[in-house]
Amino acid sequence: MSEFKELTWQGLWNNNPALVQLLGLCPLLAVTTTAINGLGLGIATLLVLVGSNITVSLVRNFVPNEIRIPIFVMVIAAFVTIVQLLMNAFTYELYLALGIFIPLIVTNCAIIGRAEAYASKNPVKESAFDGFIMGAGFALVLVCLGAMRELIGSGTLFTGAELLLGSWANGLKLQVFSPEQPFLLAILPPGAFLGMGLIIALKNIMDTRMARWFAPKKEKIVERARVTTEAN
Amino acid sequence: MQFSLSSSPHNRVRRDTSQVMRMVCYACIPGILAQTWFFGWGTIIQISLAIMTAIVTEATILELRKKDVSRGIRDYSAILTALLLGICLPPLAPWWLIVIGTFFSIAIVKQLYGGLGFNMFNPAMVGYVVLLISFPISMSAWLPVQSMAQTPYDFIDAFTVITTGYSQSGYSLVQLQLGVDGITQATPLDAVRTGLLSGMTYSETLSSPIFSSGWGWSTGWSAVSIAYLLGGIFLLQQRIINWHMPISMLAGVVVTAGLLNMIAPDQTGSIPFHLFSGAVIFGAFFIVTDPVSGSTTDKGRLIFGALIGFWTVIIRTYGGYPDAVAFAVIIMNIAVPLIDYYTQPRTYGHQS
Repeated sequence: MSEFKELTWQGLWNNNPALVQLLGLCPLLAVTTTAINGLGLGIATLLVLVGSNITVSLVRNFVPNEIRIPIFVMVIAAFVTIVQLLMNAFTYELYLALGIFIPLIVTNCAIIGRAEAYASKNPVKESAFDGFIMGAGFALVLVCLGAMRELIGSGTLFTGAELLLGSWANGLKLQVFSPEQPFLLAILPPGAFLGMGLIIALKNIMDTRMARWFAPKKEKIVERARVTTEAN
Repeated sequence: MQFSLSSSPHNRVRRDTSQVMRMVCYACIPGILAQTWFFGWGTIIQISLAIMTAIVTEATILELRKKDVSRGIRDYSAILTALLLGICLPPLAPWWLIVIGTFFSIAIVKQLYGGLGFNMFNPAMVGYVVLLISFPISMSAWLPVQSMAQTPYDFIDAFTVITTGYSQSGYSLVQLQLGVDGITQATPLDAVRTGLLSGMTYSETLSSPIFSSGWGWSTGWSAVSIAYLLGGIFLLQQRIINWHMPISMLAGVVVTAGLLNMIAPDQTGSIPFHLFSGAVIFGAFFIVTDPVSGSTTDKGRLIFGALIGFWTVIIRTYGGYPDAVAFAVIIMNIAVPLIDYYTQPRTYGHQS
């Protein structure tokens, strides 16, 4: 079980694909204009990652080493196509909002990275879990960045939740404050870079704080000075 | 008695950072007075708001970074940044605009990069561009010259418009923007740009009431530029700034505007129009001369300034915004490491 615990820790925090490996930055920066857009792309990436990790892990013993990368890419492309068609069928508005970035999941380095680094060397169960956790870590950052930009930019949270979750989610939209004019910088690409930088900085600060917190405390070594002369 | 040995120069002006910064602030005074004379009290209030925000932000961040707060405030660099940003804003812009801009300038552009001396970009100009991109409506709400305004305003009015959006007698900012003829007045750059976009020729746009003569001289706006020119000459005479950057920037503007005007006289502004409208004069003496984010070699300074002038005219003519000094400065700030790399002066005694 410790393998799964380790994988969880690695995927969500220590080796987070977006915050530490800095993989898949292009969709990360481009689509996170709202939290829901981020969540949509995050879930799509997660599904592709789980599917490709399982498949790659299943075929890992039959794939010739020399041509493994093209094969992995084809596996990933197949799953991206499936996800794209599913989103086209069930969440059409979100599909339009995310646009080119759904097919571009295939170029997300986080997915081929996990296939190459983990799934091609490990059994199916662990690979599936690794794909799920890595995808969740990626989606988490997407949602955080999207929420941050949406909040600063237009003062709302979860606009358009109904596009992803169906009509019951209409009431999910929160108007935290209503600015006179939207803060366009946060919604435009520079805001994505700034926000991403700030989130990474925050993670690094928390890491150093935690390292200091959990650092083994030095045992106090008591040295006694000799105050009496030795009798001789 | 002890003789101390030191290398030449032995007799030099000793100025510390805070003195230099203060001198630049003083040099802005004629320009600020001219702006207040022509466009009312708003500018003074904007500058005060900016300075207060800058001091609070700078102190907070220095405290967070565990640096010496009082020393950081006393070098006047934050105050100068705030002053420059306050000058650039429309006089009656809402109060949160200047607060956001100054906070961004100081906290993100200056302190996140390591404080005074480490910022890659000119803080005031990045703050300005952030505001311009984020709040285009408020940032273009310039007022007509007060002698030509339908409803001139006084100090109390300025204060209430900035804080609440309405003057004492209930006029909104949009109403205060009307000229005597009841038409909203734009800046000269805006007027020419809108005119050219709607198919007029350059000489036809000059017949709009904002220009009192036919060659690109606009009442008020150009006088403000002249006032900043006086301040700039004072800085040059005091040797606070080098001549390289301002002169090369003005030369860049003159050459580029001259060439464009020669090729397409009907579609582009004349040389004096480009020189004396917008932020060119102010930028040449107060913005590009920033010692931190500019080039550090003499030859590099010439290139840096000239290219800022070039980009200013190019972006004004072909870009999406009427004025472009801030964009030009930011573009060239990015290029500074490259310029410095290729313009290393020869060390004395070494082959080049």
